[in-house]
Amino acid sequence: MTRFVLAKSLRALVTMLIAVTLVFVFIRLSGDPAAALAPPDVGQEVIDQVREKLGLDRPLWQQYAHYVGSLAQGQFGYSIHTGRPALELFLDRLPMTLLLGGTALAIAILVGVPLGVLAALTRGSAVDRFAMAFSVFAFAMPNFFFGIVVILVGALGFGLFFGGVAGSQSLVGLIAPAATLGLAAMGAFARFARSSTLETLNKPFMIAAEARGVPWLRRLIHHAVPNAAIPLVTLIGLSLGGLIAGSVVTEQVFAWPGVGQLLVRSVETRDIAVVQFIVLVVAFTMTLANLVVDLLYLAIDPRIRVR
Amino acid sequence: MAQRTHVPISVLLALGFIALFVLFALFGEWLSDHSFRATSLFARLKPPAFLGGDPDYLLGTDQKGRDLLARLAVGAQITLIVAVVGTLIGAVLGSLLGMLAAARRGATEVTIMAAVDVQASLPIIVVALFVLAVFDNSFSLFLLLVGLTGWEVYARLVRGATLSAQEHGYALAIRALGASPVRVYLLHILPNVLNVVLVQFTVNLPLTVLLESALSFLGLGIQPPLTSLGQIMSEGRDRLLTAWWLTVLPGAIVFLLALSVSLVGDWLRDRLDPTLTQRRG
Repeated sequence: MTRFVLAKSLRALVTMLIAVTLVFVFIRLSGDPAAALAPPDVGQEVIDQVREKLGLDRPLWQQYAHYVGSLAQGQFGYSIHTGRPALELFLDRLPMTLLLGGTALAIAILVGVPLGVLAALTRGSAVDRFAMAFSVFAFAMPNFFFGIVVILVGALGFGLFFGGVAGSQSLVGLIAPAATLGLAAMGAFARFARSSTLETLNKPFMIAAEARGVPWLRRLIHHAVPNAAIPLVTLIGLSLGGLIAGSVVTEQVFAWPGVGQLLVRSVETRDIAVVQFIVLVVAFTMTLANLVVDLLYLAIDPRIRVR
Repeated sequence: MAQRTHVPISVLLALGFIALFVLFALFGEWLSDHSFRATSLFARLKPPAFLGGDPDYLLGTDQKGRDLLARLAVGAQITLIVAVVGTLIGAVLGSLLGMLAAARRGATEVTIMAAVDVQASLPIIVVALFVLAVFDNSFSLFLLLVGLTGWEVYARLVRGATLSAQEHGYALAIRALGASPVRVYLLHILPNVLNVVLVQFTVNLPLTVLLESALSFLGLGIQPPLTSLGQIMSEGRDRLLTAWWLTVLPGAIVFLLALSVSLVGDWLRDRLDPTLTQRRG
């Protein structure tokens, strides 16, 4: 068991290190960072000064060591445009993104999972067919298009204007973008909850429980749900990537002042320090989430501990 | 094996839409008398003909007086090219890497699977945004980036399938006969893992379409004078409440395309995956 935890942690660490290395390589490939960071219309001496200050005149491996070292010390560089630390810009935006993402995940779980379980319990019924149609719909629906339809219907049909800081302060102003962001995950949860429940319901231990005369509801809650929940834990962990990716677009559609909007704006203005920092944060968050899912598996499914 | 196949209506409709989309992408420009780039100050923001607009502009015009029908046709063309070529890039790259990992084992396998892990912990849209921030956007770079969608899934699937396929009697027999490794893997093992690749291809194609549209919608994908469905949406967004057709029409096409391909893909997966058929009884 300790070996399992150690192996998984080591793997996460290596993944993170490779991500850091790739970011370093790509930034170095892009051209001369000194010329990009120096003020415009300055002479060669100034650019050389910047280069020396950034350590860009040293061998590449020293630069790399310096880069990893400064990341480890929490120095993530400064935004070219505002002059503020990338970390600070990110932290300013983080609460709004967490609010949006958290609400989206909650909506996705609260709607998707019961829908999928219900579909499995009433297999072949109209509910089941609706749930499956919904999951296909949710997968194929681009969030930027759905968001636009939501904005359009809200504005023309109900006189509600979503988007911007003002929009984010009302409950409807939160639900509309959160439902847009959570739609894809909702469909995936419904589909997985359905297949996972169906699979569990057909397991021998369920038949055995029925034969022993265990009441229906008890069978469902004590026998079926814990077993069906195992793949769902993974799925919720894995849906994080989709939520992060989706928030980039959703925040843009709803003018939501979060990290996704900051990322897009920084890419447009080529604010490399900010972009690089957000990319590293995403890699770190998702690597950590994958690790947590692996370890949670250990807690939920005792069979893994034996191996 | 030779039983009559029952094709559900939804799949037929989906196939119909895909055929229509391809035809529209190939020949749609002929439906309009206007070039997709021709601007006209006198014909700005005309509503579609079905909303009482000018019959000369069937689907109306945008803020520069450009014909939406012609733009949608060209946009569909670019979206189709990026989707098909992009998905092919990911499928070929991922499958070859997955097969290489299974064939070589050792350090090669460790390296490839580490790369897979890294990709799995970075959403492709974030990778694409990072690369677009660092390098100048060009059509070929964008195509490559979109092509990276899901390569790691192919790599994982094909590695698994190859690991089991190469232990089969036929693979051992061909190797014993002295065939070169390239021959063994590309001519004998590849056809046996192709099922997996084909199913994943249909899962990936809509994702590629959505990534292309999303990036172009953000203004970071296809750049003018070229256009794509996402780019048309992005240009029309500022006038959403006054000229909704500029965003809703291309958006609806993207949605229906992704939906149709997923429906066909789901159906194909059920037909190709024998374990699913058995479970269904």
